[in-house]
This record gives sequence, C-alpha cells and structure tokens, in this order.
Amino acid sequence: MNTHNGTLSVRVARIEAMTPEITRFTLVDPDGKHLPAFSGGSHVVVILEDGDKTHRNAYSLMSSPYDSSAYQIAVRRVADGRGGSRYLHERVAEGDLLQILQPANLFPLAKHGRQHLFIAGGVGITPVYSQLEELELKKASFELHLAVRGPGHIALGRELQERYGARVHLYVQGEDERMDISRILFGRPLGSHVYVCGPDSMIDDTIEGARALGWTDSHIHYERFVEQGSSGRPFSVTLARQGVTLEVPAEQSLLEAAEQAGYKVPYLCRGGACGYCETEVLEVDGELDHRDDWLSEEDKLGKRKFMPCVSRANCTRLVVDL
Amino acid sequence: MTVFKPIESYADLDAKGFTYRNSREAVLRLPFPYPEDQYMYSMNVEPHVPFGEGALRAQFDIDEHYISECHHRAQILESQPGVHYAALPHMMEAQWDLLELLMESYSRDYPEHFSLEKKGSQWRWINRPLGLDDSFTFGDASTLPMEPMEYITRQAQGEFILLEERDDTLVMGAGMATQRADYSLRFNLGMSFMEFHGPVPKLHEMGILQRALKFLLRLRPGHPVRRTNWSITVNPRLETSAETLPDWAPDRTTVTAQNAGELVNLRIELQPLHRLPRSNAVLFPVRTYLVSLQQLADFAPQWAKRMHRVIRDLDQELVDYKGFTRYRDAMVTWLSQYDDGTPVDESQQ
Repeated sequence: MNTHNGTLSVRVARIEAMTPEITRFTLVDPDGKHLPAFSGGSHVVVILEDGDKTHRNAYSLMSSPYDSSAYQIAVRRVADGRGGSRYLHERVAEGDLLQILQPANLFPLAKHGRQHLFIAGGVGITPVYSQLEELELKKASFELHLAVRGPGHIALGRELQERYGARVHLYVQGEDERMDISRILFGRPLGSHVYVCGPDSMIDDTIEGARALGWTDSHIHYERFVEQGSSGRPFSVTLARQGVTLEVPAEQSLLEAAEQAGYKVPYLCRGGACGYCETEVLEVDGELDHRDDWLSEEDKLGKRKFMPCVSRANCTRLVVDL
Repeated sequence: MTVFKPIESYADLDAKGFTYRNSREAVLRLPFPYPEDQYMYSMNVEPHVPFGEGALRAQFDIDEHYISECHHRAQILESQPGVHYAALPHMMEAQWDLLELLMESYSRDYPEHFSLEKKGSQWRWINRPLGLDDSFTFGDASTLPMEPMEYITRQAQGEFILLEERDDTLVMGAGMATQRADYSLRFNLGMSFMEFHGPVPKLHEMGILQRALKFLLRLRPGHPVRRTNWSITVNPRLETSAETLPDWAPDRTTVTAQNAGELVNLRIELQPLHRLPRSNAVLFPVRTYLVSLQQLADFAPQWAKRMHRVIRDLDQELVDYKGFTRYRDAMVTWLSQYDDGTPVDESQQ
C-alpha cells in the first residue's frame, strides 16, 4: 500500500507568546483561500528543513473547525529536544512559508457522548481547543479541568475561561489545590466520556481512576503528547527490501535514521499512535523495546511487528520488512 | 465531454423490458475487476489518484448512463419510500461533508455539466444534465428541498454509505442505496464494521477484515483510496436489494448456456473511500457498472477470455455468496467460446 504525503504550503500570519514556553502560530493559505476543513482533535505535521536535517513535528490544531480561513498551533519549546520546536521558536518569523500535511484526527470526539470531561496538563490543552469549539456549536455538555505549572502559564486557560466561563476549571500549581482526578470522575452519569491529554502520569491516573470507578474503556480517550521520535541505546537494523544495514544512533529513531539515509518510510503521527508505519519484523535476535500505543500486547510479545517511529531494540540482529 | 444517453430502463418496472445497453466506449472505460486469471479476496486497495481516461480519471465517475441512473434512483425512492435512503440524526454533519465533496468533485472534473459558486455559506449549484439551478445556505438544511445527502445523491451515480467512527470501529450511519447487491440498508443501519460484514465468507479466517478496519481507521482527509469488487446479476438490474428479492431472484432460474450472453451481467463496483473532514466520518461509495457477457465479448474480448477463467476456477464459497451457483456452469460454457487458451493481452482489444 502506498502513502502519498502531499503537503500544503501555508504562510505564518501571526506569532504570539502565550506562556514562557508556549508560542502560538497562526497559519493561512498564501493566496488567501480557505484551508481544508478538519474536525475537533485533529493535528497537522509541520515539515521543517533545518540544514541537512528535516524535522517533522505533529501539532494539534487549536483553531475552530468551523473557520478554515486559518489554522492555529501551539508549540512548546523543548530545550533539550531534537530541535524542531526550537527551530519554530527561534528561526520562524511572521510572513514565512511552512510546509504542513493536511489535518488528520487521531483524537476524535465520541459523537454519542452525553457529557464530555476534559483533563489536560500544560500544552496538552491544544487539541481540546478545537474539541470545545465543536461541542459548543453542537450545544453539548462539557467541562474542562486544566492543570498548569504556575501563574505564568495560565494564558491559554484564561482565554478558555473567557469563552466558556465556569465550565473551565483551572488548577494553578502553587496557588490552587492539586487536581483530584478521581473526584472529577466520581458520580458521573452513564454516557459520560473523559478525554485526557497531558503528561504520562496524568494519563495513567485518569485511566486507572476511571477504571476503578467502573468506567468502560470505550469512554476513556487519551492522547499522549510526546516529543516525537525516540532516544535510547544505539542499535543496528537491516532493511530487507533495501538490502542495507543502518546504525540507529542514540538520539534518533529508526524512522529518522532511515529517512536520513534517503529511504521513504510511510508515517503519519511519528509518535507511536496512528499505526501508519507498522512494520513486519523478519528476524530478531534479542529483545524489542516497544514504545508505542498502537500494537496490542499480543503483538508486542509476538516479536513480529514493530513501530519504527518510536520503538527500539536491544539485540544483536534485527531485520525488518522495509 | 460525456454524451448522455436518453433515459434507459434498468428493471422491468413498466413491463417494457430492459433498454439498458452500453456503447463500445462505455465498455472499454470500465474498471475491469480481474487483474489476473484467478480471483480471490485481497487487500486490493490503492491511492485514489486520477489514472488514464476511463472510470478512474475523475474523483467520482459519471458516464453515458448518468441521466438514466438518476431517473432510476428517483423512481425507486418513490416506489418504496423509506427503504432505500436512511440517515440517523447524528449524521447531519457528515451529510454536509458529502454534499460538499460531491459538488466540488463534479464541478471540478466535469465543468461542462456542473457549476458551484460559493459566497461564504451562500452556495449556488447548477446541474445542467438534470436542469437544476439551486441556491442554498451551506449548513442550513431548511434551505434545501430535502436532507443534504438525499439531495446530492439523487444527482449522483453510485450508492453512498456514511460510516461513523466510534469505539475503534466504523458504524453504518446513513445510506443512499437504490442499487444494492443483495443486502438491506435498514437492517444494516447502526451495525459495526464486523457486524455488517458477518455474512461474507472466508474474510474472517483470512484476517482480512481486521486489517481492512485498521486501514480504514487510518484513512486521512485528502488521501482517498479505492478498491473494486464485483458480482453477477441476471438482466441489467441495478436495484437488487434484500427487500425486493422476490422480484429478481427468480430470474436466476432462466439462465441457460444459450442465453447467458444476453441475460448475465458482470456487476462491477468501484469503491473510492474518503475520510470526511468535519465529521471525521468515512464515505463508502459503490459506483456500479453493469455489462452483459455479450457486450463484454463483442467490445472487450480479452476481458471475456479472462472472465471465463475466473468464473470457471472460482472458489465455490464465493460462487454461493455472490449468488450464481445455479448458473455458473451455463456462464462458463457460454464464455468458453471466447477462450482460445492463449494468454490474456489487454492491449489487443
């Protein structure tokens, strides 16, 4: 199956610093036309040519799905990251052109939900923006619980409070009491759905808390925001279709190493969630270090499938069907 | 420019017989579904990008039968209200997505026949073959004479199923289906992907359904994919739903080795699947082409030769499922006169 990664060209219309770490970019069509429509929870992949490196970072769209005259993304600067967010913060100016992939949605709303509860931390608020727009237009019932690291980080939360009033609950570290996820989830009627986007511990607490209260998994939705790619011990991999063996260095993923060597590997989210780059393992002598949310436990134990965007290996030999 | 034929009849609705026929050009542009001399299910999916000058040129194909097919749809909808079109209330957003997609595709691919003018949410749609010139407000169903999906699919060839993504599966939420290959829209409405594929043999044990569902859940807006499927129908009958089975199933008993060329039609389904942008729904269109074995042999003899081999060697379970157990042998006998045993060479027809 082929994938064809056609890109859209967009112009940076506006850059706003929202918090000490988070900057919001407003993107428009260079000819002033409408951009493709999207649904709440969608993201775009931004492709950044940075010297001899190419960054491909996924960012949630935080503008309204009902206004496709512009897209907005919020980018958190990751100082010790791989450079994509730094590039956006330091090198991109208003008026510049960027290449992005058309929006896709890996975090859709449950359209049958009677009540929608959002739990978010920090920059995890971004996909919730477009979801709340969608729910507000449909007059659906929702609540947002947002935790931020301190008073300097509340700009996005305040903006949402202005739009949605008391339905937005802010938990400012150092000022307010800590968010109690179990209490948020307690006593909710059937038909409630919870969506969580934030650090791993917040996602895990939400899943465990909901399950302990008898929620079914079909009503628990999460999106991990991870710095895309992966790092760990270096390993070597043989791409069977290409007949080459690559060294995957400590700070690169297999996907990035293959791209840098000039091979096209299908991808979408680059974060182990979408399943696009699922690859068959032909031979492995050692252990696979699965780091994705896509493969089932059975698949992971079976050592036959592998997600090159995030997963790694501790082995002497690895041959994949790429 | 497509030249449309006068209105033809697909079913013996008025006891005047079938007048549906293909021109030579219409046969040669078909999306013939057999890439090899043997046929088995596979994940035969490819990116839906324009290809050649035939049925794969446009995003949604129309051909010389366009006016006839729209007329037929209107007839069927009026004869059995509520049976062939149904949409659950929460699918309204997807209905507008579908209307936009079809209007944009038709007006881009066939500007001589269709025009779309947008001023904000005020849209004007001109359909010249059907003589329509309608202005409406996008997103406001009260400005159209009927629901947006019914409105636009009454002007489209093929049937259209909208699938909603829910709980990691796809659920049938709406459909315009006046040309169903032996299933019931009302019965399937609200079923999940695994449920509505329940009756199809072999797919489950081959693991194809799980892979197909995973693939469809990954479908992205702006990146449609297509596949073909096929069946066999006696007489050029588009409407072969489960509800009208008593009207058409008895035709199966009339096929002989002598009349198979006239009576038996290959039913080709071209399915260009799209992820819709606002609703995140998946559109499953089935664009159906009917061609009699005689017309196939007259205009595309290499395809008739291949079809002989496919039907002769087809797995019995698939023959039973596709419903031509009773006359498979008659078809094979009739088709064998066009098979000289030499390799199929599509460049020679």
